[in-house]
Amino acid sequence: MKKLRKKVYIAAGYNTISMGTGRSEFNPKKERPGLEHYIKEAGQATIKQINDAANIDEGVIGNFMAARFNKQANLPGFIPFIDEKLQWKPAISVEGACGSGGLALVTGLKSVLAETADAVLVLGVEVQNTMKAIYGADVLAGAGWYKKRKEGHAYFFPGQFSNRAGAYYEKYGMDYAREGLKRWFVNAMENARLCPTAQEYESKETDLYKLYDKFNPNGANFVDNLTVLDCSKVSDGASSIIMASEEGLIKLGIDKKDAVEIVGWAQVERNITHEPENLTELITIKKAAKEALDSAGLIIDDLGTIETHDCFSIAGILGVEAIGFAEPGKGAQFVADGHTARDGKIPINTTGGLIGWGHPTGATGVHQAVTIWEQLTEKAGDAQIEINPDRPYGMTINMGGDDVTVIAMIYKKAE
Amino acid sequence: MNYEERLRNVTVMGAAGKMGSGILLLTAIEMADLSLQPENKGKPFCLNAMDLSQEGLAGLLKYLKVQVTKIAEKKIVLLRKMYEDRTDLIENKDMIDQYVFDVISVVRPTIKIESAYESNLIFEAVSENKDLKIKLLSQIDQNNSNSPWFFTNTSSVPINLINDGAKLNGRILGFHFYNPPAVQKLVEVILPNKPANGMEEFAKTYAKNLKKIVVPSNDYAGFIGNGHFMRDALYGITQMNQLTKEYSFTESVYLINKVSQDYLVRPMGIFQLIDYVGIDVVQFIMNVMNPFLKDEDLHSDLLDQMIELGVKGGQHSNGSQKDGFLKYEKGKPVAIYNPKTKAYETIAAFQKKCDIALGKHPNPRVSWKSVIRRKDKNEVFLEFFSTMKSMSDMGAKIGMKYGKRSNEIGRKLVTDHVANSEADVNTVMLTGFFHAYGPINDYFVF
Repeated sequence: MKKLRKKVYIAAGYNTISMGTGRSEFNPKKERPGLEHYIKEAGQATIKQINDAANIDEGVIGNFMAARFNKQANLPGFIPFIDEKLQWKPAISVEGACGSGGLALVTGLKSVLAETADAVLVLGVEVQNTMKAIYGADVLAGAGWYKKRKEGHAYFFPGQFSNRAGAYYEKYGMDYAREGLKRWFVNAMENARLCPTAQEYESKETDLYKLYDKFNPNGANFVDNLTVLDCSKVSDGASSIIMASEEGLIKLGIDKKDAVEIVGWAQVERNITHEPENLTELITIKKAAKEALDSAGLIIDDLGTIETHDCFSIAGILGVEAIGFAEPGKGAQFVADGHTARDGKIPINTTGGLIGWGHPTGATGVHQAVTIWEQLTEKAGDAQIEINPDRPYGMTINMGGDDVTVIAMIYKKAE
Repeated sequence: MNYEERLRNVTVMGAAGKMGSGILLLTAIEMADLSLQPENKGKPFCLNAMDLSQEGLAGLLKYLKVQVTKIAEKKIVLLRKMYEDRTDLIENKDMIDQYVFDVISVVRPTIKIESAYESNLIFEAVSENKDLKIKLLSQIDQNNSNSPWFFTNTSSVPINLINDGAKLNGRILGFHFYNPPAVQKLVEVILPNKPANGMEEFAKTYAKNLKKIVVPSNDYAGFIGNGHFMRDALYGITQMNQLTKEYSFTESVYLINKVSQDYLVRPMGIFQLIDYVGIDVVQFIMNVMNPFLKDEDLHSDLLDQMIELGVKGGQHSNGSQKDGFLKYEKGKPVAIYNPKTKAYETIAAFQKKCDIALGKHPNPRVSWKSVIRRKDKNEVFLEFFSTMKSMSDMGAKIGMKYGKRSNEIGRKLVTDHVANSEADVNTVMLTGFFHAYGPINDYFVF
């Protein structure tokens, strides 16, 4: 990946609540806000943090499957719906399954780098609670190759990652591995309780370790090697942020102290028609993380916090190994030892990640960027961690499908 | 005739009724699952849904569609295996829709009794009328050359009486589902004196496949479940009558209903349970049972009076509770019927007075909902009822007496040989009535 030819910043981030089971407001039997509500809430909240919507040059919207979840396509048409001053401006929608949000960031970044825009409104959205999970599983299976759907599990993606977990158990031991997965779950829930927009914010379970032990994988009802506690949520939500050049920040009236610079990035694709070569390795994440770090001229020891794509707890563990914090097979130990907890060596997913905060699929990539922006600009409220001045960088890893579409970005507080 | 052959042609009589529709649903699922097995491909499976009501049958198909869809959603992991060879079925939704179609395809709605003349198995779920049952079963048996087996869902009529009346030579068995059959796990199985060969084994396999818990009961009117419930209900009514010396009728109903729920830690109070089952059904079952009982009069003038006044309880077709002794709003009791004024009186008007009269509750944190899933229920109840025993408050005293009576009823079902064991009595009350503890226990021993 080429180095950035100019400085690009993110600012004015916003996350809606991640709505779904776990939130007391959520009632599956009652009518709920639609796709347009979430887009508007997030977009307007970002616009509120700038001087004038008229100064936004274009909009990008990341979304995975509104065409099926909401029977809605042509999402760029919702950008002017956010604010009338965005009427007649360019807008585009991008899709890369659960990596759609990351692709939206990349698209905004490229516009700024190409100097076709100084300020881009980047938004991600997904509203998935329009159908029961058993039918939602069909929709989400679109992140895999359609020819593999027939042989796949009823819960297709839990099935895919259950296979990865099974391979990990076989190689390194099930009890050992599940200790790591358990700690991953506990961290996620504890962090989510610190973030008012998190789906698990209201979680009250007193002994999370005990709760995790109560659930055992059961292939007759779900998948062979994971339980529901190992899975991310079915979520409705949107996130938005401004992507801007230096000139863009000035134009929007954003103080640099409220902005974060993107210092490196990578976007890597794996052939979707191929099975992963090694189930215990997330090779696309590995390549993306390395390329992003290389493009910034950094190593993992420079990172102070990470938001990684834990659609399943096993993806969290394998992600830790792929980024390079642990040797293959040692990720479970690294996590179980508390090194990824908010007070650990490398705090990961400080507001709960996909398991604790939620996973509105097309919004997740943007949500991760907003979270890093909050942490680096000290806007994370109760979830704020202390950023070590010697390790001032943040990283996001957003994944679409089973290690197919991966976007990695490196951030630093603007100077 | 093996299990699968027996289930190739089945009739459910009274299929549009509350019990019949549930029995039809479960049987349709079982038959469809058999038909989908590779070795049965191409073999016809026929389930006659027989009912006199055309309107009922139309509603039945809608009910089946909704229920089978729910069942299919739950067993999707299995369905994906069942439809493994169907290359046209890719997504979960494809398979769920196909399964709903396959199950409903087994069902033949009909108003003609002649449909049962070719069946190997007939489920009878018509009203609790001995003579009607005998007439229908006899007619089918005389016109059916397959020597069919008859499974009756009667909850009160002795099986041998039907067997003898319809001259079935032991080809009848009591297969008593609890309401609603699709949800309740319990089935009481009652054999005639000389059961046909293989019938009991078939019944057990069928129950097992339906994931039901079988409790054998001996052939005494009411069997175990109603044997307990009817006497328990009559005791509640009697105690309520006692209280009317000091309290108004509606206050007395409130007091006994509250004690039988909160102090006995049951899912609902006794008057709410009578409403749930239906005041008319309770009256009817008592009338069926009473002639067979010695030294006991299982009859309530109050129930007769309520029926005369047209207050019947029971459920609406959507499953919501009809008003009976109690009036319900969003499923919760809000008023109580006064037969003298023929009007409901709001509970809120006398609730406080009654609650004060009942005195302290042994432990307000112990409720049916809070303990039903606890593994240490026995310890909780030992402490709870021990506290209750030491209390002199009115509610505690009535509760202890009520629990003791329930205990006596349970034990008598064993000594009268209705049930084979104390465990069977407890299983029926735990699974069929969702009690949190069996009536035969040590909590109420003085």
